[in-house]
Formats: sequence, C-alpha cells, structure tokens
Amino acid sequence: MSAKILARLQAQFGARILSTSSFRGDDTAVVAAKDWREVALFLKTDAETALDHFTDLTAVDYPEREPGLPRFDVLVHARSMRKGHRFTLKTRVRDGESLDSLLPVWRGADWTERECFDMFGIVFRGHPDLRRILMYPEFTGHPLRKDYPIERVQPLVKYRDEDNIEKLAPFGPEEGQPFARIDWQARLLGEDLQVAPALAVQQGQKHNTSETSATQKGAPLPAEIPGKA
Amino acid sequence: MEPIEEELEDEAALELPSEPMKLNMGPSHPAMHGTIRMVLDLDGEIIQEVDVQPGYLHRGFEKSCERGTWQQVYPYADRLNYVSPMLNNVGFSLAAEKLLGITVPERCQYYRVILGELARIADHLTCNGAGAMELGAFTPFLWCLKVRDWVWDILEKETGARMTHSFGRIGGMARPPTATLKEDVRALLPEIEKVLMEVETMLLRNRIFLDRMQGVGILTKELALDAGVTGPMLRSTGVDYDVRKAHPYLVYDRFDFDVPIGHDGDNYDRFLVRTEEMRQSCRILAQACDQMPDDGPINVDDPRVMLPEKHAVYTTIEATIAHFKLVMEGIKIPPGEVYSYTEAGNGELGFYLVSDGSGTPYRVRCRPPCFINLAICRDMLLGEMVADIIPTFGSVNMIGGECDR
Repeated sequence: MSAKILARLQAQFGARILSTSSFRGDDTAVVAAKDWREVALFLKTDAETALDHFTDLTAVDYPEREPGLPRFDVLVHARSMRKGHRFTLKTRVRDGESLDSLLPVWRGADWTERECFDMFGIVFRGHPDLRRILMYPEFTGHPLRKDYPIERVQPLVKYRDEDNIEKLAPFGPEEGQPFARIDWQARLLGEDLQVAPALAVQQGQKHNTSETSATQKGAPLPAEIPGKA
Repeated sequence: MEPIEEELEDEAALELPSEPMKLNMGPSHPAMHGTIRMVLDLDGEIIQEVDVQPGYLHRGFEKSCERGTWQQVYPYADRLNYVSPMLNNVGFSLAAEKLLGITVPERCQYYRVILGELARIADHLTCNGAGAMELGAFTPFLWCLKVRDWVWDILEKETGARMTHSFGRIGGMARPPTATLKEDVRALLPEIEKVLMEVETMLLRNRIFLDRMQGVGILTKELALDAGVTGPMLRSTGVDYDVRKAHPYLVYDRFDFDVPIGHDGDNYDRFLVRTEEMRQSCRILAQACDQMPDDGPINVDDPRVMLPEKHAVYTTIEATIAHFKLVMEGIKIPPGEVYSYTEAGNGELGFYLVSDGSGTPYRVRCRPPCFINLAICRDMLLGEMVADIIPTFGSVNMIGGECDR
C-alpha cells in the first residue's frame, strides 16, 4: 500500500531520493540532509501521501560505518490519518553537522528533537528551544553515542553560585542538613568552596556567611592540610 | 488626605499591578503522580507560561539494552510503563518477532491478548482512580485499586509476579496458561463492570468533579494529530484511532469491540474514554476466553529462538550446546531494522529495533506514548489556573518510567 508513497516520492524528487527499502512492511526512503525538511513537508502536505499524524523521531549512531558515509542516521516515522499508511524518512548527518528542524512540519518534533540532541548531540537548526530534556544541563557527553561508555561516572554537579545572592543553596550543613553531599576529594584539595563554606572562610575566600559556624568554633583548621603535597 | 471614595470610583484602579510570579512545581509534588518539574509563570493564578521538565526518572533504558542479549531487554521493558508491564512485554515481543519474521502460535496470541487487556484495565483503573483522588474523591480511588488488585491476582497466578512480570519471550511466553485462566477471567469481568458503574455513579453527577474536569485542559484534534498524540488522549478529541482497530495485530481483528471517542478533548472526555475502554476490554476478554483453544503449543517450534527443554539440556549434548549458545550469545536476529507498534495503556507504544546480526541489540528505540503526549501538555495548560494542572496532568497519565526511560 505504501509502496505508492515510494513511487510518488521518486516521481517528485527523482535522484534526490538516495535509496529506498521495504523490509517487513516498513517502507523507508533516504534523502540527503539538505533535502530533509523539504521532503518531510511534501510528505505531510501532498494529497496522496498526507502523513499528517506524527509518530516518532529518533537517531542511530554508526561510528564504524565505511568512510564517506556520515555517522548518524536520523529517522522520522509518520502515518496518515486518512489513508492509514505509514512511512519512514531517513537522512544521514555527520558528527558536528546540523540538520533542519522539523518543528515547522510537525509539532511532535519539538521534544523528540530535543531528546535526539540530548542523546546524540545532533543539532537541529531552527529549533527554538534546543536544550537537554532527559539529562540535566551539567551533563557532559551524549549518552546514546556508541563511544560513550555505559559505566562512565559524571562529575558531581557544583552547588549553585548565583550573583548578588550571598547565601548558599539550601543543601549544605550550614543550612541545617547534616546529610549533605561532601566532595571530600575536592575539599581536601581546597577546591570545593561551595560544600565547605567554613573552609572557605578559613582561606579568606568569599561566602563569608557564618562567623560562628560550628567548624570554626572547634579546633581551627591548619592553614596547610597535612598530606596534601 | 483624599477621601477614599474618590479613588474607588474607577473600578480598574482596584486592580493591583502585579508582576508575573515564578512558581516551581515539583519535581516531587504530592498531587502529581510521577516526578516531573513544572516551572510556571503566573499572573495571579493564571498560567502564562509553563516549562515542563521531565527526565527525573531517566535510567538509560535504551543504553542498557545495547549491552545485553535480546532476551535481557524484558526486565527493562517491564519497567517502562510499570502500571501495565504486560503490554510492554507483548509490544517488545512483537517487535523482535517482526524483525525475525516469525509468528507465534494462535493459542499464544490469545494468551497475549488476555494478559494485555487485563494490564490495560489495571492501567486505566489506576489513572481514573488517582485522577479522582486528586480532586478529593477518595472512595472511587479505593474501589478502583480494589479491582486492580483482583486483576493483579490473576496476573500473579499466571506469571508469578504482580507487577514486573518479565513474562514475555521472543517467540512465545515464559509458561503456558494455567488451567483456571478462563474461569478466573470470566469470574472477574462482572466485578469490574460493577465497580465501573459504582465509580461512575459516584463521580459523574458530582458538581465538584464536573466543574474541575469539564472544559479544562482542552486539546484540539488538529494539534493532537500534529503533535503525534495517541491513545485515550487522542480519542478524547474525537479521532477514532486505535492501533488495535487501525492496524490489527495479534488476533484483535477477530473481536467485536468499539473504539470510544470524545468530543471536546477535555479532562472529562479523557476520563470517560478510559472508563468506556475498560468496558470494551471486558468485551474483548470475554470473547478471547471463548475463542482461545484449550491446547496447542504456546511457543514457536524454532530452535534458533526457543530454549530446548530442560530435560533434554541435562541429557543430550546437542541441547546443552543449544541452551548455552542461546543464553550466552543470545538470539541471533538477522540484520535489519523495523518499527513495530502496539496499543499500550497510554497510546501507541512503538519499538524501533536495529539488529546487526549479533546476539546484542544494536539499537532499541522505544517510542514512549506518554513522552509524546506530555510534550503537548504546555498548550493544554496555558491560560488555565494553577489548580487545573492537577486534573489535566492526571488525565495525561504520564508514567515516569516510560516518559523518562
């Protein structure tokens, strides 16, 4: 049934349809990255294809592909409410290359493109709000890339440091929470000023919040931490 | 001093100038099921802008799938929509079987339909019950959970676990149905209908419930289609799209059932669509119990996919090797890529699978229905009041495990 879509696409775009395939009833067409949005818009608006129901947008990473072929496959699945058929459009992008956003074509591309960016680092040109969606902003790397090791440990997120606010985020021991996370590694090196405000005061740094902090009232900390060098 | 009457002559002067207020709702809010954060810009109580931020339950489902065998996906799939794990099991099985090009025996297809519809009833009961509870109606919630427990009793009897069954297998099911399956299901159906009636009696003429559900959180048909919304949320807008009818899989084309649709796409319609779907699921269950053959194989007879019998494993070297290779290397699914879709509790649950011919999945992409449904939540909330977030978000039925994966 949807073989008609493949024929229609080839009649319309000719050689710009790089390849087509039908495997287990799934019809797929591959286009170049520059034709991505134009073909998608055609698929949605053309009376014969009429893919008005967005389904999904995702990507696959092939880092070991033969040279010359771009690294990522980006796919969009859609179906037609009126005709009842489905279709998959695929394109390929290189690492670091950006792709036209499909947001003007289908509203559903909004969050799915953000997820693609989050997981693969593919940048969608023209997306108004391309930030991470499942991961947090401080996350480094893109987890669904094949070269991202699954056991990688992300660095601890620093506590917030806002301008004009002379107050720490309400998470530390200063705020009455004895179970706060303490990055001992950084603390012993004197780098982690945010979780150890008392230490920061000792070293004459900022965050001069507590003159009478519990740590300060006890035994004073030595200027040189033993064993540091 | 000026007399106060003069100032009050112009009524507009009474309105205090106010700046939009930022309100941080979540990620752990008592009235929202699921960890999600919403950053609201409020003008008084009117929502001017809302930034919905999912991701707090992200566990790396898709990444984890890429390091085990195909069979090892099942426990992860269970934990996608943990309210109806059986539907995820069935969805993933069908996707892997589509990639392999095999079809399970008829008896297994009926078995999957029965277990899946039971899970769907449990899913909708949870959504409707919790939705009513968040509006103050605690009794319907307890009634719904009571029935859900009876549903889980059957699932426990069949699979050994109440929630995370891990019962699906590529090419069949973990075990054949118990002898009492049909009897149990037939006994449960009138009870479900009875409780649905009770819940409706309790809620549908209740002023508070109606005021907070009707005309709140409206979604239009055009926007829903454009955004890819599926499931009860799409049907409440008046689109009769149900994967079980539009693209029948398993044996759904042999059952006589209706696809309930709404008119307005508001919270009330979503509630009604879910209630009616449970009745239709009961109809499907009754027919499936009548049509399901009592004997016959459950699993495909294919040594590439199915584990050999335990007795043979212990007594013959061929079966031992086959068992070892299937467990250690996994099922060798031929290279290819497919997109397979089923109707889960919240809509179209799709799996896009890529195989490179090894025993490990190259890519398992789950199309999570409630992630895509939730993306449009912002448009449903703009212009509403803060209190309307609770029923609207409740009727979207975002399930953290599936949304964040």
